[in-house]
Amino acid sequence: MTGTPWDLQMLNLCASLLLLLSFAMLAQRRIVALVNLLALQGSLLFVATVLLAWRTGEHHLYLSAFLTLALKVVFLPWLLHRLIRRLEVYWDTEPLLNIPGTMLIGLLVVVFAFGLAQPIAALANTATRNAIGIAVAVVLLSFVTMITRRKAMSQVVGFLSMENGLFFGAMSATYGMPMIVEFGVALDVLVAVLVLGIFFFQIREQFDSLDLHHLESLRETAAAADSASRRLEEH
Amino acid sequence: MKPIEIVTQALELIAALAAAPLFLGWVNRCRAWLQNRRAPSLWLPYRGIRKLFHKDAVIAENASAVFRAAPYIVFGAMVVAAGIIPSMGTRLPFTAAADAIALVGLLAVARVFLSLAAMDIGTAFGTLGARREMMVGFLAEPALLMVIFVASLISATTALPAITENLATQALGLYPSLAFTAVAFTLVMLAENARIPIDNPATHLELTMIHEALVLEYSARHLALMEWAAALKLFNYACIGFALFLPWGVSTGSGGPLALAASIPVLAVKLTVAGAALALIETLSAKLRVFRAPEFLATAFLFAVLGLLVHLLLGG
Repeated sequence: MTGTPWDLQMLNLCASLLLLLSFAMLAQRRIVALVNLLALQGSLLFVATVLLAWRTGEHHLYLSAFLTLALKVVFLPWLLHRLIRRLEVYWDTEPLLNIPGTMLIGLLVVVFAFGLAQPIAALANTATRNAIGIAVAVVLLSFVTMITRRKAMSQVVGFLSMENGLFFGAMSATYGMPMIVEFGVALDVLVAVLVLGIFFFQIREQFDSLDLHHLESLRETAAAADSASRRLEEH
Repeated sequence: MKPIEIVTQALELIAALAAAPLFLGWVNRCRAWLQNRRAPSLWLPYRGIRKLFHKDAVIAENASAVFRAAPYIVFGAMVVAAGIIPSMGTRLPFTAAADAIALVGLLAVARVFLSLAAMDIGTAFGTLGARREMMVGFLAEPALLMVIFVASLISATTALPAITENLATQALGLYPSLAFTAVAFTLVMLAENARIPIDNPATHLELTMIHEALVLEYSARHLALMEWAAALKLFNYACIGFALFLPWGVSTGSGGPLALAASIPVLAVKLTVAGAALALIETLSAKLRVFRAPEFLATAFLFAVLGLLVHLLLGG
């Protein structure tokens, strides 16, 4: 690392902290803390984007940095906190796997992501191409977060963190997507969270819980089983 | 072998032997201050060791030779380890014999004999302590090895003095990999030295203790050696931490007697700050249930492996 300019070192530090935060999210069981971690991830993304904009002189990156700040650090966490308070879901149920097991899977995922990103990084000609592997790892770790959780709320946080990873990947591979795409993605995420917020209330109304396992069993089959057992009782 | 090398080696060994109880006393004192208690004297560990050396040893009837030999082996392993770690100078004649991986092995030898001796008498507590010690050890050792691998990869050698020399003479920079491994090392240090999240060094509560359960059957000079070895272990771990993550101020390469003399106050300052930090960590954290210890050490391993991966990817 000797000889690399300080801003690139800072960018690398941001990248590794993003990776660390993904693991923290993987291990976190409290939903409030999970949302706080998401806000922290957003602010790291903001710092990294500003640094990259300053380094490359690409002005549109400043714009996307402030979009990140407004949307991912302030607005979405605020919205999620409000949802948590209204829905009164503070804890996720026990994750499908225990924490050390999830961590080990996470490590394997990171190794896989780094291997996957190697040829992409070889093609890219940006100064931050080394961070592509970390971005891929963040995306895959968010996948793992979503897979191992049951509550809808933590899955949404995983989804948002995945979007952060994609944003970081685009940034480190090509210095950011075109502005119109970025606006579109930001709008999509915003709408998705709003719609999912409404969804949460519907899910809770139907099942009295935000546990997504209830969605796996079909209602018709449950009703059919019910009527079948009733018929048995009658005979 | 030049005279300065021999002087460095001798100085390091003497400093480790003499200062280890003092370091333990300092940590205890800081803990007492932070917890609003009246602080014990800094010299209390010395007095304890002296008192124990003057007593007559009592050994259980069915104790075997392992039980008698273990204190000397454990103490000897810790002294040899202190001789390998470059706490003041990097030109140590001893280190030709053992690199950082051998150092981890040396610590493992001490652990194995400590556990064997605890099981030798056949009391319930000894066996319980030995099992817990081995559980913590087998989880902490891979994390410690990973930490050492990262430092070795950065400086392309596994010899601890060469690593220190390499890191001390490099230009200042942000090393995310070293930052991660430093966190991992701190966690391993807490677990291996029976500090608070894993074990409480100040308790004799049977259900939670690890270190105290291991040395429960020892008395007099054997216990004194065991306690001294425990203090040395803490001192050694602190010095490994300095060698890997705070290598500045160590007399390197062509440094003469003056550089060696200057490294003594530097080491003292480092130990003072590290002791206060250790006490702070211990005061701020709560003791974990024994069954949460794997989670704690898995976190340490995770940090170390992340450091390794980040180093491989970002090259720093």
